[in-house]
Amino acid sequence: MDSAIKGAKQVGNITQKLGPFVGLLALIVVVSIFNSSFLEPLNLLNLLRQVAINALIAYGMTFVILTGGIDLSVGSVLALSSALMAGMMVSGLDPILAIIIGCLLGAVMGAVNGLLITKGKMAPFIATLATMTMFRGLTLVYTDGNPITGLGDSYAFQLFGRGYFLGIPVPAITMFLAFAVLWVILHKTPFGRKTYAIGGNEKAALISGINVSRVKVMVYSLAGLLSALAGAILVSRLDSAQPTAGEAYELDAIAAVVLGGTSLSGGRGLIIGTLIGALIIGTLNNGLNLLGVSSFFQMVVKGVVIIIAVLIDRKKAA
Amino acid sequence: MKISMENIHKAFGTNQVLEGVDMEIKDGEVHALMGENGAGKSTLMKILTGLHQKDEGTFTIDGEEKTFANPKEAEQFGIAFIHQELNVWPDLTVLENLFINKEPVTKFGLIQTKKMKAIANEQFEKLAVSIPLHKEAGECSVGEQQMIEIAKALMTDAKVIIMDEPSAALTDREIEKLFDVIRSLKASGVSIVYISHRMEEIFTICDRITVMRDGHTVDTTPIPETSFDDVVRKMVGRELTDRFPERTPDSGEAVLEVKGLGRKGVFQDVNFNARAGEIVGVAGLMGAGRTEIMRTLFGLDGKYDGEIFVNGQKVDVKNPSQAVKLGLGFITEDRKGEGLVLDFPIKDNIALPSLRSFTKNSLIQEKEEQEFVDLLIKRLTVKTESSKTEAKNLSGGNQQKVVIAKWIGIGPKVLILDEPTRGVDVGAKREIYQLMNELTDRGVAIIMVSSELPEVLGMSDRVLVVHEGTIAGELNREEADQEKIMTLATGGQVNG
Repeated sequence: MDSAIKGAKQVGNITQKLGPFVGLLALIVVVSIFNSSFLEPLNLLNLLRQVAINALIAYGMTFVILTGGIDLSVGSVLALSSALMAGMMVSGLDPILAIIIGCLLGAVMGAVNGLLITKGKMAPFIATLATMTMFRGLTLVYTDGNPITGLGDSYAFQLFGRGYFLGIPVPAITMFLAFAVLWVILHKTPFGRKTYAIGGNEKAALISGINVSRVKVMVYSLAGLLSALAGAILVSRLDSAQPTAGEAYELDAIAAVVLGGTSLSGGRGLIIGTLIGALIIGTLNNGLNLLGVSSFFQMVVKGVVIIIAVLIDRKKAA
Repeated sequence: MKISMENIHKAFGTNQVLEGVDMEIKDGEVHALMGENGAGKSTLMKILTGLHQKDEGTFTIDGEEKTFANPKEAEQFGIAFIHQELNVWPDLTVLENLFINKEPVTKFGLIQTKKMKAIANEQFEKLAVSIPLHKEAGECSVGEQQMIEIAKALMTDAKVIIMDEPSAALTDREIEKLFDVIRSLKASGVSIVYISHRMEEIFTICDRITVMRDGHTVDTTPIPETSFDDVVRKMVGRELTDRFPERTPDSGEAVLEVKGLGRKGVFQDVNFNARAGEIVGVAGLMGAGRTEIMRTLFGLDGKYDGEIFVNGQKVDVKNPSQAVKLGLGFITEDRKGEGLVLDFPIKDNIALPSLRSFTKNSLIQEKEEQEFVDLLIKRLTVKTESSKTEAKNLSGGNQQKVVIAKWIGIGPKVLILDEPTRGVDVGAKREIYQLMNELTDRGVAIIMVSSELPEVLGMSDRVLVVHEGTIAGELNREEADQEKIMTLATGGQVNG
């Protein structure tokens, strides 16, 4: 009896972990039945490239949500840091150096969020809602509302968003590399362990001697850095920085995290889930396009899928 | 109204809280109810007011058998309960608070503010209080909030009012006012049950006193026929059993020293030290400031007055992270809320404060971590199949062992234990005591805050008694007994 319960529990645990993956497979099967061209290598590679930007942002969001927080400013951080990168390139700075500096500036913007939340004791939702508006405003001020173009023709820079390496789109490679690094950080370092501990029980984490404020600032900085990295891909792909870039990206990122099974109350979740969540959203977008569903209706479908995923998750938890 | 309770029994699960309690409340008397923390006072009052139901015994009002299914029924019968934690809605006005859920309405369902004001004013006049009705309750002093609660109780036409530690947060002047109100209530035939730990107050305002101990009534006596000492004796008069392992104290240098420690309005001028290999017991009543002192010492409440020395060096403990680096460990009284990450496996909980010690090149060395954890699980005999079991699935005693394991892991110089055996069964208790002895044998200084007097007496080499935010006295192992501790804890003096 006891072992039966334990067995059932273990099966439950496995489905909990595999849930998002099973969902992704089911989605792929459904889409490819309706349109076999979905499975063509070219389309799949294209899909990976499309997913990369959301996945990178969602990785950062995973850390934030694991601490029990939220970051609404990621889209604005992307816009501001990519505008700054483009500005540096226009003024003649080496594009790769511009990207590195831009990413660091993104981390600084994230640190601002972290400091408002820890030192300013603001709710993450409020703090990042404010900086979302503020960073977007700064982007518009900096760009005067116009796209920044004329970024030069550095090969390395073009490769970053548009190129292929061994036949795989470079953004997709960046997405997988970032995943590997972040997986190690989350699961193998004290920083990762502390991230979970804070989300699981912030008071206990504090009393265990964890510098909760510092970890949180680092987590929001990481989210900012990854948003800026996503911004760099976007700038390269568009060969310009758009002042309105990244609008509503926070919603897709949060959706990817939630679809990946991470708990919004913090402490529970896996970054692999987030990657799968991003792939689910990408497959939906791509598949619905292939099926000729109007973009208006696509939004409805995406919303429904999120609701279904969360409902299934609830059932499992109960 | 005459209330009589006889032979009341009540258990929560296997925990027998009341085992035959008798109490009788007469018309227009102020009746004190006293007893140690956990004696069963609150449970008895909750049965009286319908929050809990008795398992056994008789409960009569004016000779008629009664059972209240819920607090509302008790209230309708004229029994009001003013809880220790005041139930005001801080964002609502005084007036809104007075009438919450009882607002008079017109036939169109609109609230009759004028009528409310008239009733409220009349009530406040009777009580001789003057709180502006439009003030937000959150901005009222605790004393004023108390008056709001009393006015609310009277508006329900209460014949019996139970006051649980009403003076705990009041200033002397406010207490005087409260006593005036109690006297005038008494004159109009209202009975008061007055629960307090403060001996002086009870002897000032009460007519009779019932003392409870371990779920029994010791007795009820008229106040003029008893004394401080007599009441203390009745409260604590139980034998120490050999629940505690033998201790051979052997203390060394002072590892921790505190001079003039204070936090405004919470505690002040606290001086003590803890020596290597010593267990310092910290006794006192709930709310005396024991836990607050420890939290400050551990850097949990930020800025403080006074000085803290570790190994003779003056240190500035700004946050727990610093405290841990200094070799302090803190086992809090709230195991689930502050001690454990319940969703974490045992392993991660134990390793949490020690992560640094098995991190190489920024990576956690999982093999070392596992060995470290396994060793501690074995040493503390945590009953579990695997270190991967989540902490929430363990019993209270095993959870507490995990918390202790995590602090032993840092190799502490000073271990602060706040209510270390709360909610822990007898067997596990003894194991925890044994562990404390082992730790002191290895030179750890232990500070143990406890509300269980037998535990304080059984384990401590020295006892500090905290009363109203300061250390009222220090007793060594030989001189410490329950009566002396209770006397100091309730504001009395101990000679010699």
